Amino acid sequence: MTFLFYLFAALAVIGGIGVVANKNPVSSAFAMILSFLGLAALFIQLDAYLVGILQVLVYAGAIMVLFLFIVMLLDLEDEEGRRFGFFSTAGAVIVAGGLLMVVSGVLKRFEEGEKVLKPLKAMKDAPSDAHQIGELLFTTYWFPIQVIGMLLLVSTIGVIVLSKRQLR
Amino acid sequence: MESGLTLNHFLAVSGVLFAIGFAGVLIRRNIIVIFMCLELMLSAANLTLVAFSRFNTTEAGLPDYNGQVLLFFIITVAAAEVAVGLAIIVALFRARQTTDVTQIVSMKN
Repeated sequence: MTFLFYLFAALAVIGGIGVVANKNPVSSAFAMILSFLGLAALFIQLDAYLVGILQVLVYAGAIMVLFLFIVMLLDLEDEEGRRFGFFSTAGAVIVAGGLLMVVSGVLKRFEEGEKVLKPLKAMKDAPSDAHQIGELLFTTYWFPIQVIGMLLLVSTIGVIVLSKRQLR
Repeated sequence: MESGLTLNHFLAVSGVLFAIGFAGVLIRRNIIVIFMCLELMLSAANLTLVAFSRFNTTEAGLPDYNGQVLLFFIITVAAAEVAVGLAIIVALFRARQTTDVTQIVSMKN
């Protein structure tokens, strides 16, 4: 189990590095799919089956297909040879390194973080996680899900308006 | 079965992914790749949510499903955001014929 964790964590991190390091946007998109698959495996390792499947379907499936489609639609061949700027790279490494140092410092002091991942016996008899999440969505969170529905409608209309030839 | 995995392991992976995405936003100039890095940061936050949901069990011994509901909302908002963002990028490309953020400076002066 520990081996699988390291395997999929490495997959997610290597995919993430691939997104940043690849010059070609299509390669970046494929590295991103790799990263999302690793993350979905980590979700499933955390017993979040529904969320892991959603990650594969929505992120690795729908969203990345959309990205690839747009990359294909816009002809981006001449972007390939561009070099990264020295100052922006140095700044990004410094800022991201500082962020990582802060995170590691916080995690070192975070005592609850020492909890060990144990199998949950109660999950065997309880309803599945899809059942539980669905029940929460339609009882406690009935209002947010309506808002999300409106948001999806608004974004659909917005995309149609934005995609018209003449933008006025 | 005792595994040596702790909550910190998952939070560390999440932090590393977030830092990579953040560095990508600063380094890259192609607006589509910047957008992908934003998605990477959102996913890193998702991993934190799932990890906390799994480790903070309720009295019944189940994961705290409220965190996973929040993640469901995040995924939905991310999908809507990608659709609108890519439509804006396509409109921008039509107007300027470029996706390089250093070329889009009409608001600068």
